Amino acid sequence: MKKENKFDYSYIPNAAPEIRSEMLKKIGVSDVEALYQEIPEELRLKEKLKLPKPFPSEYELRRHVKSILSKNQTCEDYLNFLGGGCWQHHVPAVCDEIISRSEFLTAYGGTPYSTYGRMQAQFEFQSLMGELVGMDVVSEGSYSWGTVAGNALRMASRITDRQEVLLPKSVGPDRLAVIRNFCKSVLAENSISIRLIEYDPETGLMDLEDLRKKISSNTAAVYFENPNFFGCIESQGANISEIAHAQGAESVVGVDPISLGVLAAPSDYGADIVVGNAQPLGVHMNYGGGLFGFIASRDEERYVAQYPSWLISIAETTKEGEYGFGFTRFERTSYIGREKGKDFLGTGAGLWTIAAAVYMSLMGPKGFQKIGETIIQRSHYAIDSLSRLDGVRVLFPSNAFKEFVVNFDGTGISVRAINKGLLERKIFGGIDLSEDFSELGSSALYCITEVHSKEDIDKLAKSLKEVIEK
Amino acid sequence: MRSPPDQQGTVTVSNKVKNMKKKVGLIINPIAGMGGRVGLKGSDGREILERAMELGAEPEAPKRAVCALRNIVHLKERIELITYPHEMGEDESSECGFVPTVTGSIKSGYTTSEDTKKAAKRMAQAKVDLLLFAGGDGTARDICSVIGCRIPVLGIPAGVKIHSAVFATNPRNAGELAAMYLGDESLRTQFREAEVMDIDEVAFRSDRLSAQLYGYLKIPYKKGVVQCAKAGSRAGEEASVRAIACDVINNMEKDWIYIIGPGTTTRSIMVGLGLRNALLGVDAVCNREILGLDLNESQLLNIIEGRRVKIIVGVIGGQGYIFGRGNQQISPRLIKKIGKKNIIILATMDKIVSLREKSLLVDTGDVEVDRMLAGYVQVVSGLRKRIMLKIK
Amino acid sequence: MKNLPKVREYRSPVWSEPIIMEMGRKGERGICVPEADQEIKSKVGEARSHIPEKMRRKQAPGLPEIAQPQVLRHYLHLSQMCLGMDTNIDAEGTATMKYSPKVNEALARLSEMTEIHPSQDEDTVQGILEIIYRLDLFLREISGMDQFTFQPPGGAMATYTNAIILRAFHAQQGEGAQRDEIITTIFSHPCNAATAATAGFKVITLMPDENGYPDFEALKAATSKRTAGLMITNPEDTGIYNPRIKEFTDLIHKAGGLCFYDQANANGILGITRAREAGFDACHFNLHKTFSSPHGSFGPGCAAYGVREELARYLPKPAVIYDGQQYHLDYDRPDSVGKVREFLGNIPAVLRSYSWIMSLGPEGLLEVARTSVINNNYLTKMLEEIRGTVRYYAPGKYRLEQTRWSWEKLTEETGVSTMDIQRRMVDYGLQSFFMSHHPWIVPEPFTPEFCESYSIGDMKYWCAVLRTISDEAYSDPELVKSSPHRAPIHLVKYEDLDEPDKWAVTWRAYVKKKGKSALERP
Repeated sequence: MKKENKFDYSYIPNAAPEIRSEMLKKIGVSDVEALYQEIPEELRLKEKLKLPKPFPSEYELRRHVKSILSKNQTCEDYLNFLGGGCWQHHVPAVCDEIISRSEFLTAYGGTPYSTYGRMQAQFEFQSLMGELVGMDVVSEGSYSWGTVAGNALRMASRITDRQEVLLPKSVGPDRLAVIRNFCKSVLAENSISIRLIEYDPETGLMDLEDLRKKISSNTAAVYFENPNFFGCIESQGANISEIAHAQGAESVVGVDPISLGVLAAPSDYGADIVVGNAQPLGVHMNYGGGLFGFIASRDEERYVAQYPSWLISIAETTKEGEYGFGFTRFERTSYIGREKGKDFLGTGAGLWTIAAAVYMSLMGPKGFQKIGETIIQRSHYAIDSLSRLDGVRVLFPSNAFKEFVVNFDGTGISVRAINKGLLERKIFGGIDLSEDFSELGSSALYCITEVHSKEDIDKLAKSLKEVIEK
Repeated sequence: MRSPPDQQGTVTVSNKVKNMKKKVGLIINPIAGMGGRVGLKGSDGREILERAMELGAEPEAPKRAVCALRNIVHLKERIELITYPHEMGEDESSECGFVPTVTGSIKSGYTTSEDTKKAAKRMAQAKVDLLLFAGGDGTARDICSVIGCRIPVLGIPAGVKIHSAVFATNPRNAGELAAMYLGDESLRTQFREAEVMDIDEVAFRSDRLSAQLYGYLKIPYKKGVVQCAKAGSRAGEEASVRAIACDVINNMEKDWIYIIGPGTTTRSIMVGLGLRNALLGVDAVCNREILGLDLNESQLLNIIEGRRVKIIVGVIGGQGYIFGRGNQQISPRLIKKIGKKNIIILATMDKIVSLREKSLLVDTGDVEVDRMLAGYVQVVSGLRKRIMLKIK
Repeated sequence: MKNLPKVREYRSPVWSEPIIMEMGRKGERGICVPEADQEIKSKVGEARSHIPEKMRRKQAPGLPEIAQPQVLRHYLHLSQMCLGMDTNIDAEGTATMKYSPKVNEALARLSEMTEIHPSQDEDTVQGILEIIYRLDLFLREISGMDQFTFQPPGGAMATYTNAIILRAFHAQQGEGAQRDEIITTIFSHPCNAATAATAGFKVITLMPDENGYPDFEALKAATSKRTAGLMITNPEDTGIYNPRIKEFTDLIHKAGGLCFYDQANANGILGITRAREAGFDACHFNLHKTFSSPHGSFGPGCAAYGVREELARYLPKPAVIYDGQQYHLDYDRPDSVGKVREFLGNIPAVLRSYSWIMSLGPEGLLEVARTSVINNNYLTKMLEEIRGTVRYYAPGKYRLEQTRWSWEKLTEETGVSTMDIQRRMVDYGLQSFFMSHHPWIVPEPFTPEFCESYSIGDMKYWCAVLRTISDEAYSDPELVKSSPHRAPIHLVKYEDLDEPDKWAVTWRAYVKKKGKSALERP
């Protein structure tokens, strides 16, 4: 079929008709149709797919896509105070530079020889994160915080051979939804049941009395987040771990690693398994696409044998003094446990992992300390400024790291309306909590990071004032 | 910190290894495989051997052994090779460049299975780290009768009857595997119990195949280390077997009797229940307690009278037999009484993949029962994991 | 085989790069961060005072202290010791390693993509919502399904989403406890079985028949009123298209189950055949494979999971809908399974896929499919002539976009294994080929997939290297077995990695196990 193509295809070297016919000749068929003969006629599409006319020229393509994208308002155009599991932090130019390198961007799995560089970079992520969380085993980056939290709870269930987990009522709603899916099973008796623990309405922290009431010898794990979804620093971490351990349950903590320059490492307050969202470490928000999770624990077989993901381990090679890397596989499980099905493996978050490794290397201990201090100071400045507004109340003012809950009941205006007003002033107001946390009334979750200057915070306060007084 | 680039040819051997020589035993059965070349089956027995030699048969095993040894000889400074005189190992190892320690005595040209057994006994006494033998199923059986699973053994295939699972795929592989275990790469090897099958010689020569699971030897194998991120993980053999046992135990019902056939996979059920067991025998349990161990057909028929029963069997040998190769106690009569749908078959994925035909075979001795059993079955391969296999 | 190019004198850079934890000196700094200005500091005081005493960090994290140029140089060195698709011929089977057009990378780096927050008011993200919606429509057309979600961050998550939707569907029919079995095949992607198991199903795996096709008789025997569904890849990893696929789906439907199409291997059939007509109720595509989003050193990925009308209500929320004027996020989906990942998914992959399809159009997609299939069969002709290769299954039948081969002949004759060859390829600047998912049904496997991005020259070079290595195996097997020789490192001692006292997943664990008393910092 020597048909002239309508277009040339610059991504498809062998599409050109002359090349095509040479290849068909070598294969020994006159038409590409012969290669599809195994597909029954009735399953063959008779017509072309109904897709829009393409832009074969790069210029027109770019122009087309850019024209759609320009309908977006970005967090550079607007002042952004949204958080809730995806946060706006500064991404160092070196991070972007490294992950735009073709070698990292377009590699896949390969072997420890062909993709050696990315394995070392990812081992370095594991090592650097290990220092932040205080654990000797850290997984590769994977999927999201919610999914790794789900994995961790399943790990705890397998380790303890129990079917119930306790979560705080304040856990991020999106994460809770993901965790719920991980805990369900077709067989009722294999499902992990979730019980929610109340939080103290004064402090936003976990209600230990309620925890003590609800925990039992059926509990596989207690999960809590630090800082929690409301932005509160959970100061009772050690108590929670103690209560969990007294019942033989695992203590699972979810963290925001950007806080770990100023906040204690979870291993210091009894955490057995740590999970978190590493997006703040050098990855752009990407409309939520920048999220990626990790799991960490002590270097004990009973934990290591339960990881759903592969871990990159350093290893010796046949040449002395050389660092090699490989995947630990835990095939030989001398750890005897009930054989519940482990979870599944898949494409992880390789590129973001590398970005985070670069970030942690650039920041060093001093950088993490400074950024933590800056965030806390600016957050508290914001809390102070907003508290002065009429009808506005910050719910848990003393414990905040980076995020805090602002209540507007006193203004009589819904969060929705307030955010609409802020939008007109080119501000993205905090996440509306009215639906997921109706007990908090008309409240929103505001996020302050190192990208917010004093002027930005002042502008927020001023704009809110205007919107309220309108 | 990084060390500077290596100079040409420097080899670093850690001192630990230098001071500890590993011992390897070598037993060659010089008459193994002689029947095969000239069209006779097996070469056990004096008359068969003489007939074979008349027909021009030449010893196979020595040549195969040499081939294997050539892949180990580079370790000769670091291992002590212990062997039997003349054609039972001394000649072949010297030919390869070893300076062996020779023990025992034989009548050259007139070796028998007794010599094999005596040699094995001596190797065991010498506490060898690995026993290599060149021979066939008969040789394996002889060694098994003496050693059992006490010492790692590896077979260099050299007989015509290779039904046992204790042999490497060819002499070169046998040498390589042995070298791996004896040298610096010992951590790349693991052990498992492998079946020793023995065939009734007399029946075999008259074209009647009747194999028995004779016992087990502990053999080394290379860890299948695939370092490829995309390939995904696979559960180790041990973990798979435990998972299978877990599945079976979870599904055990009150007051049902479970007849448990011989083999390593079925044994893990008994282990999981915390019960004693007979590796080669047929046991019966009910409500997690032993009803009887190592039972024969009539005992089994008695026990199951008027009860609800299930049979649990594994896959024996490399060919995929579930009945007829070492569990004859589970007779056709028993199977007919209990019924096809009450038969539970266990096999790890690795086992199934290793089957040539990727299907299961039965040879109960009763053609009708064999036919009844034919068709597709769900084989338990893990916790809530099944594989559809055909029984031919 | 004539006219094969010369193999290159490739040598990998060997930087002997230290681990970052060993680098730098106290006092070095890689980046400075903003500090709260004086007015704020005087107003709120020290940051420490706002942290409960118990929660204050007592000891600084043991991160290295390195200046910016040195951090950059270190990671650039690492990148130079990594083979990506851009820099080499990377025909890893089942991964569909295709060219990720740079114009799409440029678009994905625009702030209109990177600097938008998923909780922004809908009015402010109409651009990205439009792209998400449009890609949904494109994939509906390509597959015949009625609605897609992009929430799953990878193929395994898509099959997991499918498993939990099956779970929800049958539960709503009142058959949740009864239908607890899922059927799959041994050559379907292992994640089909693994995710079904994670969701709590019992998994029944079918073995192939003698020709490598899924065994229909086995399917019949496996199907019952306990069947929740079938999860199957087609063509399977062997590259063989199962012509009886509609019989398979009909049988499952008759038994009351649903059928899921794992379309990781879709590259050869775009525009040729679809999930709908083959009888499937749901399917997924890997945007980071078939639709050109880059692989990123093993992620992040994005899987588009699509379903027929009847199952749309179970899809994770929110969905992107269009009212004729505006795009909206629809959370009003009471039967939704909830979420499999926070927010909407790996959206940059959606953007790139959209752009890629818009550069090709319907005819372009057909050319993608046809070229992949022609490439694979052209390659087959060359591979057949290399000593030691065996093409497995279905003799005389053409494969689609990839083929399962075996080196068993070469291994039998030389003792060199597929893993040895896989390492030796790196010495010639080639990415290691993909062997096979577990378990290895085909011995000593390798699975090349030369999708449409590769030229004849690329394929000839690949074969030239394999032929060279085959010759080496026959003449000097030790050379291949001890490879690689020109890669960044030598053979790794894998056996260490399963030993608890030898593995080390972090530097701190490594240091402890090596017995170093303290990290030596200059």
